[in-house]
This record gives sequence, structure tokens and C-alpha cells, in this order.
Amino acid sequence: MLAWTIYISFIGVLVLMLLPREAARAARIIALLTAIAGCVVAFVGAAQLPNPGEVATIIKVPWIPAIGASFYLAADGISLVLVVLTGLAAIAGILFSWNIEKRTKEFFAFYLALIGGVYGVFLSFDVLLLFVFYELTIIPKYFLIARWGSTRKEYGAMKLALFSFVGSHLVLIGLIAAWVVARAQTGHASLDLMELSKVSFPLGFQHWVFPLIFIGFAILAGMWPFHTWAPTGHVAAPTAGSMLLAGVVMKLGAYGCLRVAMVLFPDGVRMWQHEIATLAVIGIVYGAGVALVQRDFKFVIGYSSVSHMGFVLLGLATLNTIGLSGAVLQMFSHGIIAGLLFAVVGRMVYDRTHTRDFNDLQTMQLGKVLPFAGVTFVLAGVASMGLPGFSGFVAELQVLWGAWTVFPRMTILAGVGIVVGVAYTLRAMQKAFYSDTVVPEQSGHDHPLEPISTPERIGAAMLIAASLIIGLFPGLLLNWIQPCLNSPLFERLLKGGSL
Amino acid sequence: MNYFEVLRAAAPETVLTITVLLVLAVDLTALRGESMARRFGTGAMVSIVGCLMASVFTFTQYGSSDPLHGLLIVNPLTDFLKLVLLVLAIFTVMISASGKFTEHVGEYLALVLLATIGLMFLVSAEDLLMIFISLELASLSLYILTAFNKRSARSSEAALKYFLFGGMSAAFLLFGFSLLYGLSGSINLVEIAANLAGKQPDPLLLVAIVTTVIGFGFKVAAVPFHLWAPDAYEGAPTPSAAFIASGSKVASFYILAKILALGFASAAGSAVWHGYVSGWTPVIAVVAALSMVLGNLTAIVQSSVKRLLAYSAIAHAGYMLLGVLANTPPSLSALLFYVITYALTVLGAFGVVAVVEEATGGDALANFAGLSRRAPGLSLCLLVFLLSLGGIPPLAGFIGKFLVFSAAAGADANHLGLLWLVILAIVMSAVSFYYYLQVLKQAYVLNAPEGAPAIKVPPVMMLTLILLAALVILLGCAPGLLLRFL
Repeated sequence: MLAWTIYISFIGVLVLMLLPREAARAARIIALLTAIAGCVVAFVGAAQLPNPGEVATIIKVPWIPAIGASFYLAADGISLVLVVLTGLAAIAGILFSWNIEKRTKEFFAFYLALIGGVYGVFLSFDVLLLFVFYELTIIPKYFLIARWGSTRKEYGAMKLALFSFVGSHLVLIGLIAAWVVARAQTGHASLDLMELSKVSFPLGFQHWVFPLIFIGFAILAGMWPFHTWAPTGHVAAPTAGSMLLAGVVMKLGAYGCLRVAMVLFPDGVRMWQHEIATLAVIGIVYGAGVALVQRDFKFVIGYSSVSHMGFVLLGLATLNTIGLSGAVLQMFSHGIIAGLLFAVVGRMVYDRTHTRDFNDLQTMQLGKVLPFAGVTFVLAGVASMGLPGFSGFVAELQVLWGAWTVFPRMTILAGVGIVVGVAYTLRAMQKAFYSDTVVPEQSGHDHPLEPISTPERIGAAMLIAASLIIGLFPGLLLNWIQPCLNSPLFERLLKGGSL
Repeated sequence: MNYFEVLRAAAPETVLTITVLLVLAVDLTALRGESMARRFGTGAMVSIVGCLMASVFTFTQYGSSDPLHGLLIVNPLTDFLKLVLLVLAIFTVMISASGKFTEHVGEYLALVLLATIGLMFLVSAEDLLMIFISLELASLSLYILTAFNKRSARSSEAALKYFLFGGMSAAFLLFGFSLLYGLSGSINLVEIAANLAGKQPDPLLLVAIVTTVIGFGFKVAAVPFHLWAPDAYEGAPTPSAAFIASGSKVASFYILAKILALGFASAAGSAVWHGYVSGWTPVIAVVAALSMVLGNLTAIVQSSVKRLLAYSAIAHAGYMLLGVLANTPPSLSALLFYVITYALTVLGAFGVVAVVEEATGGDALANFAGLSRRAPGLSLCLLVFLLSLGGIPPLAGFIGKFLVFSAAAGADANHLGLLWLVILAIVMSAVSFYYYLQVLKQAYVLNAPEGAPAIKVPPVMMLTLILLAALVILLGCAPGLLLRFL
């Protein structure tokens, strides 16, 4: 059932490609229907899954028997969380790009191809297949940004594509090496994640191959110091592009770290645990600090993403159940909240005012002119700060809690990051929407801003609701995540291996 | 010697030889004075029918036979490779069919077929003399094909360069073969290996190895024997360049792997990190590493797409050499998978370039600007071909790379001794992505110049390109279709 999330998305791509060039409206509707169908399938499939603690095989057929690759899709609780997130983010992204007029059908074709690839990564339990879907997302990302983006779009797009590609090639080196070692040890070739996770790789091997794969994936998760693609990429991307980048693409990286690098090399993680945590905390504090001094509204959100993804990585580095479940929850939460923030900045503000500079925005009294945008941003902002009641609170609390038992000092630093986070969010809120700067003259902006459209309202309401529901009832997702962390797949990771 | 058996073993080549004569005869008699399109159409039809008939004979060969003691080996693998060569020849003819670069239709088609015959004999040969003769038959045809655009001085220049380098490398090859004969007293690869086995390593053998590698390094355009390739690819009529890059590569790589693995079996040596043993693998390792680095780095700065494809071909030769030097059964099938899918891809890429060149008058990067608007189908095909060359899954190019790299890394499983080459290859492959994306950026991101009309793609060409693109996607998603023959 869940596999249809992937198939539906690619069928959508094909249908869009067959449309005549000028059918922009039809393209939008088809894209929206495809995304909704994918999301519905995700929810129904999730509900049908008997036990989130087990890996439920969806389909498993041999693909390249010579090297032991199979077309193996499966799901456990963690995949479910991310698949549902993808479904929601996909719908929201389309609602917020309803106003794309330039080559609409191609835009949505690339968009759906990206979504299909993302679903594929979250559902693959064959490492080669996972890698295939992972790389498949690079090309649509590039074209979405380079073609429909704004500030320095070609530069931002190329930087993102090259960073992704370099990262995925690090992963490829690691995977080939792991495949060879596993084959020498077990006597038969396999790329099945479940089988590879049972192999005990030699410690010396794990020592170098784990960081290779981990960094390869973490580049896309925005780990400092490999995060530099993220702000430029987010800023250059069209609204839906940055929503997806922050919402799901960065999660691909974090998911790969957890699902591939950490599960395959539990001893490797232990050797590098402190280094990862250090980089994560630097990311948290650095991202927040840089966000505090930006003049461009979108850069604030871009750097805040780096900061929030730092919490995911910190949670992963804790290697205890609470920290890991916090990390997964933070992936979901940040996906929703960052999507919303980018929607406000990119669609509601920038598409109307054509500026993101705080100095210009200050004079526009946007809080009065676009009250809906103001309120949405306030809600998203407080969710992003980690106010109780929103999903961010539960997630970051769990991460900090988990981290406290392992690295107390770094946890305090991460706490400082949260405080700075409050500061930059309030600053952005105040400068962009509720500034009391007196407007000197009506400077050029005689025509009133176009009011917030219905698709935008629906999209915003959907994302806020998702964040609130998870904030109030975190058990909905934790019931998927925690049994999964207690499953045999994560046993070696959490219980300690031969070290 | 049973002549009937020889004829049966050589049936595909025989059919093709008859086709060559037929094409020439038809063009010189019946089609005299007809329009160009008509002549090309009929000639191409005859050639394709001939190729199809020849390929029927590759199917009906049963089992293996060796009627001439190594001169002509027939087994399921050589049959399949001949089939591949015939398919590549058919595609080349189809790409040429809309070309306007020559009036000598009959001669052009005949030469394409003659080159194919040479390559087909090449994959069947396990005998030094036969290898050399068939290689020369193919090479001479290709030199002429390169020079075929008589209106362009560059075409002649390219052919001359190709010919001079080719002649030189043939001399090296012959010299190496003569040493090999002197050392072993035989020209049959199997006997050579048997006679050389157990002997002390001889310095002369090393010379033989190096000169053989030089000879074939030239054929497959590996650094430092690559200098002819960019000029030849750029100057030659595009379909000729496509055939040089595809058909000729498939056969050359197969025979190179065969000579080294079979003939020089006793002198393999080792290119393992910290475990160097002199022999042919270290030589190939150096050539492979140089090709990957130089090919990819030079491709970045090219502004002509044909030259870019030439340098990328050099880089790809480097990756393929990894499959040669791993020297295990899985690595041979990985190598063949790689080189066959590469041939299909590059043929398609050259086809797209041919159309764009025809329509815009050049093959510079800027000529591709806004292609996705001017010819959506064409640029979609280009997207598939270039992404496959760049190694993006799920296209055939990615699977080929993964197979070759994993076979090379797995050749010394206990110490991962060849991993250094694999790492170099993967890093370089990440670099290569940049320049493929440069072309695609022109096609998909930039806008066409003001008022540029839509590009009309000839129907035969479009059909060929769609077929090739479909094959590239299909073999990427279901590589088993091809792998089970290799």
C-alpha cells in the first residue's frame, strides 16, 4: 500500500509531461490531486501497519542478483513519521505555489519527481535502492531552483547540487566498501539493510567508513561546517522549493545518517559520538547567532534551519532512546514549522512586496496590511522558538533531555542556542510585521498588496494544525517511534556493541 | 579444416560483407541521379536489413565452436557482442540518415558496415595476427569515416591526426605482438599464456605489455594516448564520431581485457595499495587514474559539446579500465555492461548534438540555450543521456558504474587494496556531474535567443533517440535484461 506513495508521484510526473504546454490550471490541479492522493495513501498505509515496531515488508523482488540488490520497500515507525511528513509538506508546497505562472507544468513535474524520490528514500530497505532514490532527488532540486528561483538562483542551485552530489558520493564509497567487507565475511553478496545490519564490521573499518557515510548524509542535513549550501539554497529557491528543502530534503540527510550510517556501524558511532555532538552544538549556536544579524528575511529562516537541524544531529549523537526519539520527532516538527516559515516569507511577503530586506519591510506595516501573514508568522515563530503546545517543544525537550545524560556541558550550550533562537525570531517578527517605524512618504507602493488567497490560508491552517496536534498529543508519533527504537534493528546501536 | 563449419561460424560477417557490396552496387547503379534523401533512405534501408539478417545468424549459432584454432572463436558471449555491434551499427546508420555532410552515400554506408565487420571479427579473435588484421580493417574504415565531410577542413585535419596517431599505435602494437611471439613461440593467446607460465619475469615481457597497452590505449582513448580524440570527435561528421565512440569502444575493451587476462595471465602483477607487483595491472592502473583525472578536469573547461563529450569519453575509458584491471569474472561482465550501455548513451548524445548542430550551425554550449523550449522531446532525450553519463540513478550509466566500482573494490576483498582507485573514480565522477549539468543548464534553465524558431527533428532521428533513451532507462531499471547475457 505505502509503495503507492512513490508510484502515484511518478505517475503524476508522467501525466504532467503529457499535458499541453498552456494548461497551467490543469497542471496545478493534477499536481494537487497527486499530492493529496499520496498523502492519503501515506495515512491509510500507516494506519494499516500492524506493529510500528517491526519492519513491515511492502515489496521485495530481486533487482540485480549478481550484487545482491533487491527492490525492497518496507516501513517501520520511523519511516512512517517521515512519510506522513512528506505527504503533508507536499500538499502545502503546492498550495503555496498556486501562483506559479511561468512554465507551470514543468514546475510541478519536477516538484512531484522530487516528492516521489523522497518517499522512495524513506521506504527503501535496500541500501542501493535508497541511494538511487536519494540521488534521484538532486536533479529536480537543481532545476526547481535554477529555473524558478530568485536571488542568485543559478549559483545557489549549482552549489546545492554539487554539495548533494559530493555527499552522495562519499556515501557511495562507503557503501561499496561495506558491501565488499560484508561479502567477504558472510560469503554472499547483499545490499539488504536488514542483512547488512547483522554483520559485525571490524572496528578499524568502522572507524573510517562510518564518518564517511555519516558526513555524506549529514551534508544534506545541514551539519556545520558543511551547511553552507543551506542558506544560499533556501534563499535562491522558489517558495515551494525552500519549503521542501527545509521540510523534507534536509530530513533525507538526517534519515540517512540514522538509517544507514548509524544502524550499520554502531561501534563507529560510538567512536565519533562526541565529535558529532560538538559539530551539532556548534551548528545550533552558530546558526542561531548568524540568523540574529541577517538583513534578509529569508536568510534568517535559512540559518534557523541550520540551527534546528543541529538538534536532530545532537539527538542522534546521544545514542539513547529518548534522544533518538526526540531527533526523529524534531525531524517531523522542523519539517512542518520551517515549511510554514518559508511559506510566509516567500509566498505571503516576498511575492507581494518583492523585497525581503528588513529595512524596506519595516516601512510597510505588514502586520496591518497583511494581518493573516502576521498572525501566521507569529504562530510559526512561537512554534519555532519551542513554546509548549507546539511540536517543537516536545521534540527539543526530548533531545536536550537525552543529551543531558551524555554531554551535560554541550547541552547547556544548546540551551543557549534556544535562547538566541527566541531572540532572532522575535527580531524578525518585530522588524517584518510589527515595526512602529513611521512611514516617511508613500514611496512607490501606491497599489495595495494583493490579499492572502484561499490556497495560502488552507495551507497555513493545515501546517499550524499539524504542529499543534503533535505538540498537544506527541504520543501519536511517539507510539510509532519508540517501539521502533526498541526493535532488533536498533538493538546494537542503543545497547552498546563490542566497545 | 571443414569449410562449411568456418562459413557457419563466420555467417554474420559474411552476410554483412554481401550487404556492403549490395549497398555500393545499389547506390552506384539504381539510385544514380536520384535525390539525396532518396539515396540515403534506400541505402540505409539496405544496410539495416543486412544488419538485421546478420544478427539473425548471431542468434542461430549454437554452442561454441573454434574451427580455425583461435582465428575465429564463436561462443554465446561473442555472439552477443556481435549482436550489440550490429545494433550499434544500425543506430549509427539511422543517425546518419538525415545528415547532409556527404554526397557519397554508398561509400559512407559501406564503410560503416566494413568497420562493423572488422569489429565483429575482432571480438571473435584469440590470435595475434587475426586481432591485428581485424583491428586494422576497423581502424582504416574509421579513419576514412572521420574525413568524410569534404567541405570541412577540420574533418580532414581530424582524420589526418587520427590516422597518424593510429598508425603509430598500430606499430607499437605490432612490435609488442612480435616480442610476445618471440617470447612464447606462438600467436595463439591460450598457447602464449601456457608457454609463458612458470617462466622467470622477463624484461622483454614488460616491454611487450607496455607496447600492447599503448596500442589499445590509443584505441580506447586513454591518457596519455588520447590526444587525437578531442580533435577527431570535433572534426568528424557527428555520426562517424558517434560510431568511433560507441562500436569501436565496445570491441576494443573486450579484446583488451581478453589479451591481458588471457595472454598475459602469468604477468598480471598487482596494483594493490602497498602491495605493488610489477605486471600489467599496475600499468593499467596508472593509465586509468590519469584518464579519469585528466579527462574530467579538462572536460570542465570545454565550450564545444563535442569536445566535452570527447573528454568525458576519456574519463569513461578510465572508469572502464578499472573493470579490466580487477580481472575477475564479475568484473568482466561489469565492464561489458558498462561499455555497452555507455555506447548506447553516447550514440544518443551525439545524435542530439547532430540535430542541434544542423539547426543552429554549431555545437557550442550557447547553441543549446533554451533547447527545452525549442525542442522539448529532444532535450528530454539529452537529459536522459547526459544524466546517464553523469551516473545518476536509475539510469544505465549509474548501474554500470556501480557494477564496475564494486567489482574493482571486491577484487581484493580482504584488504580493499584497489579501493584507492575506486575512491579516485568516485571523486572524479562527482566532478564530472558539474560539466554535464552545464549543458543541461543551457537546455533547461537559460532562455533561447530572441525569436529562435522551434527545432524540427527528422522523424527517423527522433525515433532513434527515443529508442536509445528508452534503452538507457530500461537497462538502468532492469539491468538483469543485459547482465544475463554477459
